[in-house]
Amino acid sequence: MEINIQGAPILFTIPVLGGIPITSTLVVTWVIMLLLTGLSIFLTRNLKVKNISKRQAIAEYLVSTAENFVHGNMGEKWDRYVPLISALFALSIVSSLSSLVGVFAPTADLNTELSWAVLVFVLITYTKIKTGGVLGYAKGFTEPIFVLTPFNIISELATPISMAFRHFGNIVSGYVISTLIYAALAAANRALFSLLPGAVGWVLSQIPLLDVGIPAILSLYFDWFSSFMQAFIFSMLTMMYIASAAESD
Amino acid sequence: MEKALILMGCAIGAGLALIAGIGPGIGEGYAVGKTCEAIGRQPEAKSDLTSTMLLGCAIAETTGIYGFVTGLLLIFVAPGIFLGML
Repeated sequence: MEINIQGAPILFTIPVLGGIPITSTLVVTWVIMLLLTGLSIFLTRNLKVKNISKRQAIAEYLVSTAENFVHGNMGEKWDRYVPLISALFALSIVSSLSSLVGVFAPTADLNTELSWAVLVFVLITYTKIKTGGVLGYAKGFTEPIFVLTPFNIISELATPISMAFRHFGNIVSGYVISTLIYAALAAANRALFSLLPGAVGWVLSQIPLLDVGIPAILSLYFDWFSSFMQAFIFSMLTMMYIASAAESD
Repeated sequence: MEKALILMGCAIGAGLALIAGIGPGIGEGYAVGKTCEAIGRQPEAKSDLTSTMLLGCAIAETTGIYGFVTGLLLIFVAPGIFLGML
């Protein structure tokens, strides 16, 4: 029985600088980014003030939802973070859900989440320096007493790592568990139907009948709920970290 | 013999790493139970409570996820590294 759990497959290699491997993560992420950009352009063509079309109604609904989401969690003055947060949310959820169409989900590759988390870390640091100045930022590490500086540095670095690993772990655990369940159901199917005598049993045991339906229920949790949840949590944590970075006197 | 020992160690380690799942399980159950109590007391605050609870659950889950990632590393990465060192 073949159970195949692996990382992102390498599609081809660019022969410069000793070969740059192009994984399916990169390709799928670019396709998703193009899709999202195309959708945004499609939704925002021909905007009008009166007699709006259905398309404009959808666009307005999406934008006002994103604005309410950011305003509710960060406050009104953080208006310029709405595009960033909604882009992160949309990219995350579409990447996770892309496993439904059979491609390797980019979020099941740690590189994707680590790059997002590094982006968020840079933003947090930028906000902290902007609020308190470079000296205030450096002084923040010696709080409450000087001895705790190493621990403060560790906890500062743990923020992006835990954000990335939380998202990655949730998506990958769903991927691993659903792969194992498909394999287990196929094995159970083979064992069950080979009990039947003769050619009928052989034919039925070759068709994975048990794989129909049962994994769909689990996919409801692991794909739909988990993808939505992780996108929500990632953007929520981004907002909370940035907002709390600005608050520190 | 050494190969078998390495593989055994990695497999046992991966199993032990997943003990980390106990903590988040208990913690999340506690959080959800308390949220249910709070919703029972104040049903009008349901949406706020639910989103706060989900966020808290996600953060409580972190240690379990660390255990899971350690298990994955022990199964898929560590045997290759250690066998290569022989």
